[in-house]
Amino acid sequence: MITGRKLWNKEARAGLLFASPVIAGFIIFVLGPMIASFTFSLSEYNVITPLKFIGFGNYANLFDGTDPLFYKSLGVTAYYVILSVPLQILLAFMVALLLNHPIRGKAFFRTIFYMPTIVPAVASSMIWLWLFDPDLGLLNQLLKVFGIPGLQWIYSENLAVPSLVLMSLWTIGGTMVIFLAGLQGIPKHLYESVEVDGGNWLHKLFFITIPLMTPTIFFNLVMGFIGSFQVFGQAYIMTQGGPNNATLFYSYYLYREAFEFSGMGSASAIAWVMFLIILVLTMMVFKTSALWVYSESEGKR
Amino acid sequence: MIRSRLLSKSLIYLLLAAGTCLCLFPFYWLLRSSVMDQSDIFVIPPIWTPNDWLISNYREAMTILPFNRYFLNTLIIVVLEVTGVVLSSSICAYSFARLRWPGRNIVFMVILSSMMLPGAVTLIPQYVGWAKLGATNTFIPLTLPAWFGGGAFNVFLLRQFFMTIPKELDEAALVDGAGYFRIYSRIMLPLLVPALVVVGLFSFLNGWNDFMGPLIYLSDEKLYTLALGLQTFKGMYNAQWHLMMAATTVVLLPAMLVFFLGQKYFVEGIVMTGLKG
Repeated sequence: MITGRKLWNKEARAGLLFASPVIAGFIIFVLGPMIASFTFSLSEYNVITPLKFIGFGNYANLFDGTDPLFYKSLGVTAYYVILSVPLQILLAFMVALLLNHPIRGKAFFRTIFYMPTIVPAVASSMIWLWLFDPDLGLLNQLLKVFGIPGLQWIYSENLAVPSLVLMSLWTIGGTMVIFLAGLQGIPKHLYESVEVDGGNWLHKLFFITIPLMTPTIFFNLVMGFIGSFQVFGQAYIMTQGGPNNATLFYSYYLYREAFEFSGMGSASAIAWVMFLIILVLTMMVFKTSALWVYSESEGKR
Repeated sequence: MIRSRLLSKSLIYLLLAAGTCLCLFPFYWLLRSSVMDQSDIFVIPPIWTPNDWLISNYREAMTILPFNRYFLNTLIIVVLEVTGVVLSSSICAYSFARLRWPGRNIVFMVILSSMMLPGAVTLIPQYVGWAKLGATNTFIPLTLPAWFGGGAFNVFLLRQFFMTIPKELDEAALVDGAGYFRIYSRIMLPLLVPALVVVGLFSFLNGWNDFMGPLIYLSDEKLYTLALGLQTFKGMYNAQWHLMMAATTVVLLPAMLVFFLGQKYFVEGIVMTGLKG
């Protein structure tokens, strides 16, 4: 029989003690807030006056269109995610393919392509505000050289999201480095066998590289999706959600509700909907992954 | 055959060179604009290289707002944060990787699952909690959480790293009569340094680049971080591009410096986080 004393021997006691910071952190900063957040989401709450329980009213307000900005914000965010994530992955993959060749200065190029990801969001927002400036910004000056009239970029309702997508392509370095590491893990003999069979680089790409890279593509897709869904800084700093709510990204919508309108209850409901959307979509990607992601155990069979 | 090889190789270099230019160009434009005279900014077509390099733009930008103070505030926050992350995540990871205790694996899985949770869900209650404790408008909400395990992700990362250290080391030390804390601090910690550098660098950048945290918790201008200061600056000097770019460079520079000093760890770190994560 294992007695309590034996179960909690010296090693176990030390183990629990050493793990206690992260356990306490989980309870204080994750579990507790989750319960509180769910309670808030069922209430009317502005921090100052006491919480007033209203059931699923906050959720109903979102879905029945009482708050017209909910669907607008979801749409805008979806537009951004659908446009930016595939483009980012495609571009990062292509750069990684180029860098995977036996070339000189590989480390140098890798550093250069990674550099923009280090830039703080506020700083990159300032740089791109300047590039996008309709009167003096470089992009419009360049267009002028080709005889194209200047665009309004982030100040135009139609172009605001595409402009921010363009900006997001500057920071694909992290994704690219992960792809590059994956590419370097592909065994050389596979390519050699294609060569022996008389295949060219296209055969190598479609029959070896892409199938073997699907797990990495999958990882980057999920991470890119989660990251893009939560984009905040650009909307706050560059466009303030405008023009005419064209860049009212979901995180910014939530921030405004909570910290500008003090609607902690409705903002919590907005947060839970975000969590559910991310959860469902991530699960969907995981479910479909069996269809297209190569797994090593299967390959060996 | 050789000719086509040469051709494809030059094509690769050409594409890479083009990509390099596109990547670096915004940096160049930032620097170029930050040292230009205001009147030169308005010249159309744009001047590609500044006529003279006005360092005075930097001096002017720095005196308009107390950027020295913002720099110090940011530094205090980031140092407290990084120290907390490095110390607490390493000791927690040691426990999860090496010490056997009842329920360890379940607890680890539960904590790990919190990584899936978007920050937005816990943001509001955390804010309300700090507000009730009267801790908003201090550095506490921005730094104290780092001391509680330093985030599930870092614990996970370091636990993975612990797995690569031979178990015989602990066992030998245990036989020699060393306690568990001694094993952690004297044997494990030194071996963990490369992984800790990665964790430290990433938390440094996270802290340095954080915008939403300071935005929500700090309202007193004396406590502003560089990121908040820059945002305020933008509100005040909207069209003064030369000053804005000088201020932006000031905010950017420390992050870049850390990046170049720790370059080799960065690439290792991303690969570690990306592939094992």
